[in-house]
Amino acid sequence: MPQPPGDPLLRMYRQMVRIRQFEETVSRLFLEGRLPGTLHLYAGQEACAVGVCEALKPTDWITSTHRAHGHAIAKGVSMDSMMAELFARTTGCAGGYGGSMHMGDPAVGALTAIAIVAGNAPVAAGMALGFRMQATGQVVACFTGDGALNEGAFHEAANMAAIWDLPVIFVCENNLYGASTPIAEVVKLERLSDRAAGYGFPGITVDGMDVQAVYEAMVPVVERARTGGGPTLVECLTYRYTGHSRNDTRGYRTRAEEAEWKARDPIPRLAAHLTASGIATEAEVAAIAEEVAAELERAVRFAEESPSPAPEDCLRHVFAEEVRG
Amino acid sequence: MAGETKTMTIAEALREAIREEMRRDPRVFCLGEDIGIPGGFGGAFTVTLGLSDEFGRQRILDTPISEAGIAGMAVGAALAGMRPIADVQYADFLFCAMDQLVNQAAKMRYMSGGKLTVPMVMRAPCGATTRAAQHGQSPESFFIHVPGLKVACPSTAYDAKGLLKTAIRDDNPVLFFEHKLLYGSKGMRAEVGALSPVGEVPIEDYTIPFGQAVVRREGTDVTIVAKLRMVYEALAAAEALAAEGIECEVIDPRTLVPFDTETVVASVAKTEHLVVVDECPRTGGWAGEVAAEIQEKAFGHLDAPIHRVTAPDTPVPFAPVMERFYVPGRDDIARAVQGVLQWR
Repeated sequence: MPQPPGDPLLRMYRQMVRIRQFEETVSRLFLEGRLPGTLHLYAGQEACAVGVCEALKPTDWITSTHRAHGHAIAKGVSMDSMMAELFARTTGCAGGYGGSMHMGDPAVGALTAIAIVAGNAPVAAGMALGFRMQATGQVVACFTGDGALNEGAFHEAANMAAIWDLPVIFVCENNLYGASTPIAEVVKLERLSDRAAGYGFPGITVDGMDVQAVYEAMVPVVERARTGGGPTLVECLTYRYTGHSRNDTRGYRTRAEEAEWKARDPIPRLAAHLTASGIATEAEVAAIAEEVAAELERAVRFAEESPSPAPEDCLRHVFAEEVRG
Repeated sequence: MAGETKTMTIAEALREAIREEMRRDPRVFCLGEDIGIPGGFGGAFTVTLGLSDEFGRQRILDTPISEAGIAGMAVGAALAGMRPIADVQYADFLFCAMDQLVNQAAKMRYMSGGKLTVPMVMRAPCGATTRAAQHGQSPESFFIHVPGLKVACPSTAYDAKGLLKTAIRDDNPVLFFEHKLLYGSKGMRAEVGALSPVGEVPIEDYTIPFGQAVVRREGTDVTIVAKLRMVYEALAAAEALAAEGIECEVIDPRTLVPFDTETVVASVAKTEHLVVVDECPRTGGWAGEVAAEIQEKAFGHLDAPIHRVTAPDTPVPFAPVMERFYVPGRDDIARAVQGVLQWR
C-alpha cells in the first residue's frame, strides 16, 4: 500500500495514532479474553517504526520482530488483516498461521515477522543481497530490539552486510529492557550504536521519541544504502509503555521512570508541532484520532465476522506445492 | 537413458548440476566458505572448483566463517527472488546455523499462511572419515524431524546431478547431504578410504523427482533400506549373502523427505523382512522412523521384527579402529539379515 498522500508530518501523525490505538484496542480485547495467544505491545515506540518507514519507498522491505504490530502498520499492512490475524481468522494477514508475533504482508514489503531475537538480521541482509544482485534498487530496514545486538546472528549479519556494502539498515530500538533485564546489565557500552564501528559502518543514535528526528536521520541513511554505500546502525532511544508481554507488572522499573518517558510521548509532541506550525488545527488533529477509532471499530467487526480456519487447515502451507522450472 | 553421457564422480556431477542451473537461471548462485577464491579449494570437497572462472565471484560468493549468516543470507536471498545454493564445509557446522534452518527457512512459508516461498538449497558433506566427533557426523535425522524442510541424500553420480537440479528448482528449502567418502574429490582434497563411485551421467539436462526410491538390487528374501555410503555396504552384504543363497533387495530412498514409503512397502510385501541401515546414531534416528512407518503400513506382511543397523549412540570416534567399529559395515548388515531370517 503506498503511503497516503498529504503532508508527511500529518501522515506520520496519523500512522502513530493508528499504532497507538491499535495497541490500546488489542490490549483491551486481550484482557477481555477475546484474543488467543500473547501480545508484545508497541505503544511508546511509535516514532521509531513510523519515522523509519516514512523514509522508505513502498517497494522497500522491512523485517520485524516479536513486537511486530507497529512495524507492520507503519509499512502499510492493513489493520483489518492484522486484527483478523489476532482473532485467528482466515482473513488475517497470515491466515491465522502466524498471530501477533508473525505479522506482515509481502504485498506491502513487510516480511512476515521473525520472532527469534536477531533471527531476522541475516534474513534482512540476505534480502538486501538478493535485491542488490537483481539490481532492483530496493533497500531493507531490519528492525531489532536492544537485545538482538548481543546475539551471534546479528554479528554475522552485520559483518556480512558490511563487507558487501549491502542495502540494509539495522534499526535498533533500544527500549532499555530485554524483557525485565536492564540494558546496562548486558552491554558495557553507553551507546549501542558504537557497535557499528566494529563492523566498519556508521552508527548513529537518535531520539526514538521524536518521529521527525527518526525520519530525518533515516533519509540519508536510506540514500546511502540505496546508492551502494552500505549499511548503517541506527539506534533509536525509546521506551515501551507496557510490560514485555502479558502478565508483566513491570516490577523491575519505577513508575517515576515511566512517567519521565511518557512526558516525551511522540504523539502529543508531534500534535503540538502540527498546531504550532499551522500545518493542522487542533480540530483537524482531533479528527484524526476519531477517524482512526472508527477505522479500528471496523477492523474489529471485520475480524469478528471473518471465518475461523478449519482445524485440519493446520496441515496446509508446510511446503510450496509446485516445483517451478 | 538416451543421449550422450560422461563418466563422472559425484563431485563432478554436482558441479555439472550447479553449472547447468546457473547457466539456465540467473537467479541461481552459490555462497559458502572457500568456494570461489582463486587458487583456493573450490569448496571443502572441490564441488565448486572452477565455477568462479565462468560465473564470477559475485555468483560464486565467498563468505566469512559465519554459518548462521550463510544460512540466513540464503533464506533472505531466496525470499528476495533468488535461488541460492549455500554450503557448509562439514555437515557438523549446520548446528551453528540451526535457528536459520529450523526456525526461518523451514517456517517462513507456514508462518506467512503460504504467502512466502524459500527456494534454497543447503549442501552439507556428512559421514565419518577419521575426522572425529565434530567433522564426521551424519546429522540427516535432525532435519527429517523439521516440517518444511526437504532432505536429499544422493549415493550415485547420476542421482547427485539429477537430485541437485531438482533441489535447485524446488520452491522449498532443501537440505542436500553429500557423503564425504562418495565424492571422488581429487588432488589434495582426495579422501583416504573413499569409495568414490563413478557413473555414467547424461551431459544434458535431466532431473530426478523427489520421493522416488530406487531398487539397487532385486531380491526375494530380505529388504534392506540404506542411504548414502550405507547403500554400498548393503550391496556388499547382499553380494556376500547371495553366496549363501540369501537374496536381498536393496533400496536407496534417495530423498528422506519426501520418503517413498510405497516402494519399501511393496518390497516388504515380497520379502516379508526388513533391515534399515543408517550411519546416524540409533536413538531418534532415521532408521527408527522408517521402521515405525513400515510396521504401521505393512505389519501384515512382516514375518519378523524390523531390524536397525546404525551407528551406536556415541559421538564419532577418531581412532580408525574405533571408527570402523562405529560405522555400520557389510558384516553388521549381513548379521542383521541372518538375524531377521532366523527370527521365530
